[in-house]
Amino acid sequence: MRIKNVNDLKLIADQYNAELKKYEHTIYVCGGGGCISSKCQDTKNFVDSYIKEQGLSDKVNVIFTGCMGTCAMGPVVLVEPERIYYVHVTPERAKDIIDRQIIGGEVIEEYTFFDANLNKHIPCIDDIPFFAEQVQIVLNKCGKIPFDSIEAYIAKGGFTAVAKAFGMTQQQIIDEVTASGLRGRGGAGFPTGIKWSAGMKAQGDRKCIVCNADEGDPGAFMDRSAIEGDPFCLIEGMMIGGFAIGANNGYVYCRAEYPVAVERFNKALDIAREWGMLGENILGSGFNFDIELRIGAGAFVCGEETALMNSIQGERGEPRQKPPFPFESGLFGCPTIINNVETYYNIAEIINRGADWFAQYGVGKSKGTKVFALAGDVINTGIVEVPMGMSLRKLIFEIGGGITDGMKFKAAQMGGPSGGCITEKNLDTSVDYESLTALGAIMGSGGLIVMGENTCMVDTARFFMQFIQDESCGKCTPCRIGTKRMLEILERITQGKGTLEDLDTLEELSYTIKDTAMCGLGQTAPNPVLSTLANFRDEYEAHIVGKTCPAHICSALAKYYIDPEKCKGCTLCARNCPVQCISGKVKEPHVIDQNKCIKCGACMTNCKFGAVIKK
Amino acid sequence: MSKVNITINGKPYEAEAGKTILEVARENNIYIPTLCYLEGVNQYGGCRLCMVEVETNGRPMRNLQAACMIKISDGMSIKTNTERVRKARKVNLELLLSCHPKDCLNCNRSLDCELQTLARRMNITERRFEGESKDIPLDISAVMTRDMSKCVNCRRCVAMCNNIQKIGVLNAQKRGFKTIIQPSFGKHIADTDCTNCGQCISVCPVGALRETDAIAPVIAAIEDPKKYVIAQIAPAVRVGIGEPFGMPSGTVATGKMVAALRQLNFDEVFDVNFGADLTIMEEGTEFLQRAKAALTGGEAVLPMMTSCSPGWIKFIEHRYPELLPNLSSCKSPHMMQGAVTKTYYAEKLGKDPKDIYLVSIMPCTAKKFEIIRPEMNENGVRDVDAVLTTRELANMIKQAGIDFVNLPDEDFDPVMGLSTGAADIFGVTGGVMEAALRTVYELVTGREIPSDNLHVHPLGDSDQIKVASLTFENVLPEYKFLEGFTARVAVTSGFDGAAQVMEMVKAGENFQFIEVMGCPGGCIVGGGQPRGVRSEKWAARKAGIYSIDEGKKLRKSHENPDIIKLYKEFLGEPCGHKSHELLHTHYTARGKYNELIGKK
Amino acid sequence: MSEVAKNPSVAKEEMRADYEKLANVIDLYSGKEGCLIQVLHAAQEIFGYLPFEVQKYVADNMGFSVSYVSSVSSFYSFFSTTPRTKHDVKVCLGTACYVRGGKLLIEKLQEILGIGVGEATADNVFSIHVTRCVGACGLAPVVVVDDDVYKQVKPGDIAGILDQYRGK
Repeated sequence: MRIKNVNDLKLIADQYNAELKKYEHTIYVCGGGGCISSKCQDTKNFVDSYIKEQGLSDKVNVIFTGCMGTCAMGPVVLVEPERIYYVHVTPERAKDIIDRQIIGGEVIEEYTFFDANLNKHIPCIDDIPFFAEQVQIVLNKCGKIPFDSIEAYIAKGGFTAVAKAFGMTQQQIIDEVTASGLRGRGGAGFPTGIKWSAGMKAQGDRKCIVCNADEGDPGAFMDRSAIEGDPFCLIEGMMIGGFAIGANNGYVYCRAEYPVAVERFNKALDIAREWGMLGENILGSGFNFDIELRIGAGAFVCGEETALMNSIQGERGEPRQKPPFPFESGLFGCPTIINNVETYYNIAEIINRGADWFAQYGVGKSKGTKVFALAGDVINTGIVEVPMGMSLRKLIFEIGGGITDGMKFKAAQMGGPSGGCITEKNLDTSVDYESLTALGAIMGSGGLIVMGENTCMVDTARFFMQFIQDESCGKCTPCRIGTKRMLEILERITQGKGTLEDLDTLEELSYTIKDTAMCGLGQTAPNPVLSTLANFRDEYEAHIVGKTCPAHICSALAKYYIDPEKCKGCTLCARNCPVQCISGKVKEPHVIDQNKCIKCGACMTNCKFGAVIKK
Repeated sequence: MSKVNITINGKPYEAEAGKTILEVARENNIYIPTLCYLEGVNQYGGCRLCMVEVETNGRPMRNLQAACMIKISDGMSIKTNTERVRKARKVNLELLLSCHPKDCLNCNRSLDCELQTLARRMNITERRFEGESKDIPLDISAVMTRDMSKCVNCRRCVAMCNNIQKIGVLNAQKRGFKTIIQPSFGKHIADTDCTNCGQCISVCPVGALRETDAIAPVIAAIEDPKKYVIAQIAPAVRVGIGEPFGMPSGTVATGKMVAALRQLNFDEVFDVNFGADLTIMEEGTEFLQRAKAALTGGEAVLPMMTSCSPGWIKFIEHRYPELLPNLSSCKSPHMMQGAVTKTYYAEKLGKDPKDIYLVSIMPCTAKKFEIIRPEMNENGVRDVDAVLTTRELANMIKQAGIDFVNLPDEDFDPVMGLSTGAADIFGVTGGVMEAALRTVYELVTGREIPSDNLHVHPLGDSDQIKVASLTFENVLPEYKFLEGFTARVAVTSGFDGAAQVMEMVKAGENFQFIEVMGCPGGCIVGGGQPRGVRSEKWAARKAGIYSIDEGKKLRKSHENPDIIKLYKEFLGEPCGHKSHELLHTHYTARGKYNELIGKK
Repeated sequence: MSEVAKNPSVAKEEMRADYEKLANVIDLYSGKEGCLIQVLHAAQEIFGYLPFEVQKYVADNMGFSVSYVSSVSSFYSFFSTTPRTKHDVKVCLGTACYVRGGKLLIEKLQEILGIGVGEATADNVFSIHVTRCVGACGLAPVVVVDDDVYKQVKPGDIAGILDQYRGK
């Protein structure tokens, strides 16, 4: 059907909700990125057919949703109304769940979420700290509705915000967004209301509103989860923004690495057009709006807004000098407002519930929530949304469940290649824009990589610089050549060939790059180096002066030893050593000549008894 | 234009709104170093050498700003000379130098290199940053040598090739540190649809793009006792050659140039202006023949298009092969003169044409390709043996230690040294058309062309496309087919304009005669001329050329007594049998990717 | 548009259908602004990679110079000018995967296949690629073979993963 007005929305919602009530049970199968990789489609297919086979189709509703959050435990399944959260649900487990819980009424505890801190299974999702501590505004529908149903979206209150917005003036909408204190979630934290206000005031026959879905920071997958799980919410947020600034054209620029997001969002666009929620005279408001999805092609720099615009225009993704700012002259020369995915996901709730409601969450100048992608050496990897102002310690140790393998915490890296590290002593810092910036890190887009003690910070800095070098567009000198020279220095240091003067050179180059690079990517490129230099100078010095890598990561500095206790004298290592530096008689412990060893690690890979140790 | 008030280094200035910081600073003689920026060509903001501190509304901007990109605004305060600024610029320059070869002494741009000049100016005395640099093999064609290991990624050539000439052969390929400016898929420049215009060379700040050197073979010929070496000089060279010696742009240095060439031991020095007058005789006659055929029910292809510019020829061969029949079959002036030199003049000298080595001094790089075209020879003897650009000649003069500025003026050698003002203006856009009209009109009507001081407006203007009409009235009896006929002519320069005019022609626009020069503005700003800011050079050199024309008694090609003599003694009549054999040529349909070569 | 552009002389008989597909894609985008990258995606989908002839075809039919088209295509790591191998093995080196040992996976792959990153095996079955974060950080380190994602991979798992694709 075509939705013509607000009443139609209500009608659809009522119908859909009434439909849901018919079922005794609902099985939510997570179709998020992590679960897809864990073959959740197989689980979903099995559940569908088994329910049918058992003649339960009238009693059990099966819903394929977006990401529920615990990405390492896929496929995950939530059974309602009991709200039991099952993890690692293979088709075999799914059969048990249907047999024993749906039919038998028994909770299978050993299949439920295991909390490592409490060392026990927690069957009900509402009792799991990972979920209980979250506040979901952005993700309030993600993982709870079928991602491809506009009716389900409407039934959860979808499109009521845009309906409300159509009854407001442009200024009223912008005032509401400004009052909410919402700031750009892409990393820089620019107040959204002020940006929109500039967009509204800009003169132009045509204006554009753009969504930056080029989530390129390694370690970040919040936007992917949101789009894959709740694509209509992005449409609604952009439509409200478009209405507020006077733009009828929307563009979503999504990275090509996210084929599922592309597919689901394109489908959502088609459905929205079909139902009249995109196109002409939406909800009878007289406002026309449509969105086009443009796909990137593998260039990190296109997450920078001016490079992104060039890429949408089909050009090389080289940034443009600002000013002029996009709101003055942006996409195709039109006044353009660009916001990050997560920013748009906040809009509907702000319009629906008001600025005051939104601003109750958060702290200081950082209002609302922030979605983080927890990854690295943390037990509960996945997607979480927490109110700003929560301490990092709580985020990592309570929600995240702490560090894997019983390791000690070393650092949390935030903000990807533009960000920095936060160490143990600052773990109680409040997660908000100002506090993180003060520590030399940034909020960033939400990638939070937890690093345990076996991470080498010099190697981490080298990793980020390599990333920046690979992804530098090459337009400006400091980024094109400066980061190359920095990378070369870092490589020398990790190979034990660095000098203490190199550290001064790194700092000098860092400051020049920050001060003179054209775009945000270049200007922030030295941050990982500056941050590790500030927090872990001793590790740099260990590499340079002591010629050791304290974390045993840098292979050129590693030393391989053969544990005589474990060595069986099988000679495999000696035979595989490319420089013949391992000696020993058959059936007797072997020894590595440290002077000749080239640290290739072949002995370690080949040893069947774990006798070769790297120190 | 509204004015805004700004301060630079604490001093107040009033400047036009909309200008960049760099523009205002330069107007006020405040030095800000630049490398990628080139007025009228490239505003890219990539090199980050023009960094300045900026304060707007009393608030300092967080980072340094690129002066070439940022527009001034009222109340802006700019600092161009703080330690922070100097240090940042220096580090960026040092980074550029860290991946630039260390062979300044062997580089043909040494002492004429913008990077080298900046290094000196910023007091670079050591190499602080070392690391991977680019090791890329040379790409050498008959026209240009590309040494991408010297490239500083300023993108001036890219702007020139894509935005101004709109040929789009050179582009940035790959990204980041691996970025390389080259044709698609790293093809050799000679295998592309490059027109050889050389405008990329003329904007390159370093030794990355240069003409392929012809100095060595020329010197070898001079040193060869068997060779009789003749130089012939194009019209535009005389208003450019003074610049490398510190003379102002547009200085007419004809006499000094002739004297210098004699000191370089050329046996004779001729003026390609002679060939230009000859071209007008041939091209004018060809035009009248075509017009006659067209107007009297015969078959003829109109509009006719000039064929003096070899860059333009290659352009049309690649892009508009279907319009090749519109091209005049006339060879370009120096090729005509070459053919005459190797026949008529060889006979006069009593020399075997094989022993004559003819060197054209040209403002043009494309001429280096023109002379090796297979069709440009008579019985196995090349019409012209070598082409030196204006820049190369200056280098030779410097190498020989000749005090150019103080040379006494000398005259061209006779036989092919005398020319009319019509030939001089061949060097400027509109000049060939004006010269042709001066002769055609007078041939047809017996009267001088009724225009202001023989100049046909607006053909000589700087606009991209210029159109004029000329009505023939009271014509001589043999041209009665032209009575009352209004000819519409168009003039353009640069390939962007050329493409537009070709589209007009294809759309059926009524033109009879079209002049095209490959370089925007004509030969005076050709790819072989001394480098500099185009707009300034163009105006000054054009003024120089026009002053020569206006200062001459003979200003119409058909009045050149040596040309009359040449026809009488040797060629017979314009477009006659001998002319066709020696002075006319044919063209090759190449297609955009050379796919039409060899196909019928 | 010249006739040459419409009928690429280079198009071999068996490629004609592919070029027709590409022509349709270009037509489809003709009313929209700035679609070069989208067209290149489609072209790579059709041909598997973007050789000179294909880029030339795109250039001629969209009104660009081929040098411009390749300047865009060579900027983006998704576009390849070499034919794909039967199976692309991609190791994610996003931060999470790097921290969790992605580098070791690459070393192991190189050792087993005897090729470097960006190279193909002599039989053109496997090639090794490093990818930027695929957004599966919760499963780090991941290896992606064609479109299959393998999670929490250890160096010891590599041989087994590859075996699934041999002869496929």
